Amino acid sequence: MSEVETKARTASDGSDSRPLLALKGVSKSFGPVDALKEVDMEIRRGEVVGLVGDNGAGKSTLIKAIAGVQPADTGEAYFEGSSVRLTSPQAATSLGIATVYQDLALCENLDVVANLFLGQEVSDGGPGVLDETAMERKAIELLDSLGVTTLRSVRTDVELLSGGQRQAVAIARSMLGEPNIALLDEPTAALGIVQTRQILDLIKRLRDRGLGVVVISHNLADVFQVADRVAVLRLGRMVGDFPIAEGESSQEEIVAAITGAELGERATEEEPL
Amino acid sequence: MTPDGAATATADVEAVRERFSPVQMMRRIARGELGEVRVLIGIAVIWTIFQLANDRFLSAVNLSNLTLQIAAVATISVGVVLVLLLGEIDLSVGAVSGLAASVMAVLSVKEGLSPELAIVAGLLVGTVIGLFNGLIVTIFGIPSFVVTLAGLLGWQGVQLAVLGDTGSVNLPPSTVTDLTGTFFDPGIGWLLGFAAIGAYAATLWLSRRRRVAAGLEVDPLSVLAVKVVLVGAAILAAIAILNSDRGVPLAALIVIVLMALFSFLTQRTRYGRHIFAVGGNQEAARRAGIRINRIKVSVFMLASTLAAAGGMLAASRLLAVNQQSGSGDVLLLAIAGPVIAGTSLFGGRGFVWSALLGAIVIGSISNGMDLLGYDSDIKFMVTGAVLLAAVTIDAATRLRRQHG
Repeated sequence: MSEVETKARTASDGSDSRPLLALKGVSKSFGPVDALKEVDMEIRRGEVVGLVGDNGAGKSTLIKAIAGVQPADTGEAYFEGSSVRLTSPQAATSLGIATVYQDLALCENLDVVANLFLGQEVSDGGPGVLDETAMERKAIELLDSLGVTTLRSVRTDVELLSGGQRQAVAIARSMLGEPNIALLDEPTAALGIVQTRQILDLIKRLRDRGLGVVVISHNLADVFQVADRVAVLRLGRMVGDFPIAEGESSQEEIVAAITGAELGERATEEEPL
Repeated sequence: MTPDGAATATADVEAVRERFSPVQMMRRIARGELGEVRVLIGIAVIWTIFQLANDRFLSAVNLSNLTLQIAAVATISVGVVLVLLLGEIDLSVGAVSGLAASVMAVLSVKEGLSPELAIVAGLLVGTVIGLFNGLIVTIFGIPSFVVTLAGLLGWQGVQLAVLGDTGSVNLPPSTVTDLTGTFFDPGIGWLLGFAAIGAYAATLWLSRRRRVAAGLEVDPLSVLAVKVVLVGAAILAAIAILNSDRGVPLAALIVIVLMALFSFLTQRTRYGRHIFAVGGNQEAARRAGIRINRIKVSVFMLASTLAAAGGMLAASRLLAVNQQSGSGDVLLLAIAGPVIAGTSLFGGRGFVWSALLGAIVIGSISNGMDLLGYDSDIKFMVTGAVLLAAVTIDAATRLRRQHG
């Protein structure tokens, strides 16, 4: 679809059909290694995109390029149709792109409220004096609105939380800036069954809030539970874009795309690892 | 609606009663919460032992002396707490305290500068050294352990050079000696005490009222009352004891004000929150937009300035500055104190009052051993054993905390 066509459609259909973020021809190389080659991708409002691929396929590189942490070498990005440059984390943040990395970046020695507001504390009166009451109330409201109910107290130190609770806190923190797009790197890795379900429910609630969500995952079962669409990267190329919301594509097709095998050849394999 | 509300309220009361029941309190102490309470229990045990061994230990004169003995190290320890919270260390605080006191003494006695200006100059020496430490640590990424170890040696050398051939400067009566030689009238002592209790109660009450207004969970008023009564009783008892000797010393007031000030800075301000964040997870702090290097440099500056202030208090009490000022066990005790009282050596965990509580523990042991006629050999061994025991208990409770 050319840019002219995109604009024409936007004009006629309203803003809903216009992708929140569209990447075109994004490439990134590290020395002689091409980590991303001519990647196209679209993220729409109220949609969960599963980003899958084998180790080294370029998933994290793509996320970092979108988040502005490691800007792409070439390629274009359009935010709601207008050309933007994702050259720094600040640029991405100002467009409303929030990223939750796999390491979560939480301070274990601080409580949930302090972590949620880290670097954007609410102060009252005197210079730099914390307004703990306001922060605690906002924290409770935020967690309630996201349906995070497993925390006994928002004054618990993060070191005492389970993996799922920590993931929920990290996702909730990324929601403080009212983002449009959430990039989640392996949100269910190393979580138990119940906690995985809770995080997947949380991701669905982000979608229901109208966010565009990108979920990187190794676990196809998880992706199938939550994603509307699966984008497959292989060796730095975008090799497939499968709608799955209504069962249009099977796990076997996606495994085949990930591995580059013909359909059926490895269809009996459950885990693409 | 009404029956539901009533049921919830009853459940809340039950939950609170449960949480503050003796059994639960014991469990919380064992888990490593309420760290202050554990130290206070430790102090009570130490005091009981020494009182049983020598009934002069808890006399007004001796407790008054103890207060003056720990003022300098407690002040230095406040800076140590700040550095430890960052996950760094400052091994130069002892040497800096000696150098700053030397500069102050030479300027005021030999150069004829007014004592007040000499004190300011001494404090500035600390600030500049802290700036130097912080810049070396942040710009070159050298571990603070090494940078300040070099400082420990280097600044001692500068101190010897500053003191010159005589190697010792006696301080005539002046503002400097008044720092530890001034005692308030009993009336003023009581006034200060009641003002402190009033301020404490008002802080708790206002914070509770704000939380109630915001619809947040609060402790019942009885808990608040118990806190105020306990803290108030401790303050009034201390003032009664000090008043029955020479009165509340100015040095004690200085130390308490420093504790309150830096406790507020670390617990209630954005700056303090960022210190904890850097000490807890530096990468997370960086990604949250916290300017790590700025925090680090400023904390090293505060630590060295507080070390210099401690040096002034030590000089004031000794009525002299000599080549031994700030050397010997000053550094080790200033670091051991907060660690004994629950500030972690590994960053991100601790509280400013641990500087005072730790100084009381170490000072009591040293003072009690002196009373019983023991020499330094036994004193060092006992202090070392207490430090080891304290960090072992701390590590054990932390493990228990993390594994259920």
